[in-house]
Amino acid sequence: MSDRQQVLDRIRQALGSRPDGEANPVHPVSRTYAHQHGDRTPAETTALLVQTLEEYKATVHRTIPARAAELVARLVAERESAYVIVPPGLPDDLLKLVGCSIERESADLTARRLDTFGSVITGCALAIAETGTIVLDAEPDQGSRKLTLVPDHHICIVYEQQIVGSVPQAVARLSPTRPMTWISGPSASSDIELNRVEGVHGPRHLDVLVVATT
Amino acid sequence: MSGTYLGMPAFPEAARQALGDDTLRANLRHATHTIRDKRARAVAELDDWAELREAGKQIKDHTLQHLDIYLLQLEEAVTAAGGTVHWAADAAQANRIVTDLVKATGETEVVKVKSMATQEIELNEHLAAEGITAYETDLAELIVQLGDDRPSHILVPAIHRNRSEIRDIFRDRMGIWGRPAPEGLTDEPAELAEAARLHLREKFLRAKVGISGANFMVAETGTLVVVESEGNGRMCLTLPDTLISVVGIEKVVPTWRDLEVFLQTLPRSSTAERMNPYTSMWTGTADGDGPQNFHLVLLDNGRTDTLADEVGRQALRCIRCSACLNVCPVYERAGGHAYGSVYPGPIGAILTPQLRGTTSEVDASLPYASSLCGACYEVCPVAIDIPEVLVHLRERVVDQGGHQLERAAMSAAAWAFDHPAVLAAGQRMASRTRRLHPSRLPGPGRAWSDSRDLPPVPDMPFRDWWQRQQGEKGDAQ
Ligand code: SF4
Repeated sequence: MSDRQQVLDRIRQALGSRPDGEANPVHPVSRTYAHQHGDRTPAETTALLVQTLEEYKATVHRTIPARAAELVARLVAERESAYVIVPPGLPDDLLKLVGCSIERESADLTARRLDTFGSVITGCALAIAETGTIVLDAEPDQGSRKLTLVPDHHICIVYEQQIVGSVPQAVARLSPTRPMTWISGPSASSDIELNRVEGVHGPRHLDVLVVATT
Repeated sequence: MSGTYLGMPAFPEAARQALGDDTLRANLRHATHTIRDKRARAVAELDDWAELREAGKQIKDHTLQHLDIYLLQLEEAVTAAGGTVHWAADAAQANRIVTDLVKATGETEVVKVKSMATQEIELNEHLAAEGITAYETDLAELIVQLGDDRPSHILVPAIHRNRSEIRDIFRDRMGIWGRPAPEGLTDEPAELAEAARLHLREKFLRAKVGISGANFMVAETGTLVVVESEGNGRMCLTLPDTLISVVGIEKVVPTWRDLEVFLQTLPRSSTAERMNPYTSMWTGTADGDGPQNFHLVLLDNGRTDTLADEVGRQALRCIRCSACLNVCPVYERAGGHAYGSVYPGPIGAILTPQLRGTTSEVDASLPYASSLCGACYEVCPVAIDIPEVLVHLRERVVDQGGHQLERAAMSAAAWAFDHPAVLAAGQRMASRTRRLHPSRLPGPGRAWSDSRDLPPVPDMPFRDWWQRQQGEKGDAQ
């Protein structure tokens, strides 16, 4: 007997007889938990995101669309990155003031090559205020999952209208079958005597631009 | 579940050894108390914690009730998304599948992200025997692997090592496994982390095969979820060409929406964070993003035996947050190694004897490694009534008889009751589980309890005590 059949048989045996009509079981969960914790105006939601991001050691910059390109250029310069990688669909407008060489992700970009870039700049799918989380779902303005992993500096652009309040609100908006990375602050470890150390393998510096809706 | 750790003494003997190790005890105490207090604050932030906990419990129970149906749905979804699904009835089969898959790639090394399922089946050892080197990439697992050691805690497996021991391990052993530690390495945590970053980056960049577990699998979409902190998980999940995920069959949840519950309860209950730094989700394979070959190995290895026990099956709800370890007075004093399996602490005391059976001395003694204080149940984010299962398993040990096993079990019970601190904590906390306390120990403990009445359980409600201990209100309801 195949292992597949064996496991399925054991499960059915373990569960005994079940009522009919359970081939498509209804999923009766009492979802009495909150859809969001507390009521907030959009401005308060943005403020909360800034706070939660900062608590997890991201650096947050609030700006307006007209100033975003300037800020991006400054952050790249401050990090002294010589090479910047960006996803294929990130608008040129945001990059026009960057002073160093910029490359767009192509299909043949290897991890080893990616390791030579100092900074990566992306958009995001959404951000979650309550938890300080940015979700990337590999759309053209975000690129593949590895893009935001190997360089040591990640600049992420969040437009105010992309901010949701809570985890349930985020889950409702996202499409599960896209490759996803949820990011809450820079990489960290507490494995050595519980001392939190920022930056083990992922980017050690996370700059988040929160761009106001105008 | 495969082997007991070789030469593993039964619980009381191992616990006695641990008690003699001052570093271990001090580190553990510091760790458990720190995480416990932070966790209470993270949980208290959510005023609907009780509802989230109840929903998590219901989702898991419902899934277990229809496990065959959801696994088949998962298989279909993963396959449709370009993945390949394998089934493994036991550890040997799982190891064989993984070994064959790695060999088919022609590679002799793999990078691994911390996974309890692969530790449970002792995959690294099996791969090594087949000439394949598995590199652990989690910082703590790296410390454990370089130190030729065993993990002692689910979440912080190297918590029994302090910084100077870690520095020594890195300095002496990194060169044997790859890039050596930098000259003049100090014991500053940030420097140690940097040494690990450099040591492992080389391995990530050349890795062709990654091996992982998963925290959740979504049946309706075929999506797998890995929750982590350091980014080593992301490295293993996205850089190699081939990804092999070995996952226990109980990790499936029916719908995408169900994740909204666990992505709130797991990080807060585990690392006491609102959200862990990185969560990766993938569905089969995606063009131009991540591994182009994805294999999912569904692992039984005793889980269906656990499912067959109507009381014991609730252990399969566990989401491995490790909160129960951090509140357990027995764990704090005995240390993770005393439990003789990859699952230490209260969850280990109920899961291991069910996965492996209670035929060895250490496994028969595990259900007795508790004062039944109930703190583990109070903090569990999926409301597993660990004391209830412990008592149930004690009956099972008693029923199966056997002189050796009885002795092991009895001395574990005696160990718990002989340690004033364990007992005191137990007494103070035990009123909620009062109904579960036998006035005499069953079978194996009878000889012992005949000569001495079991300590009375006072009336003070557990929660009052708990909140006073926490110095603040509002921990897990
Ligand atoms: S039994 Fe509960 S508290 Fe313990 S690790 Fe599992 S989910 Fe967490």
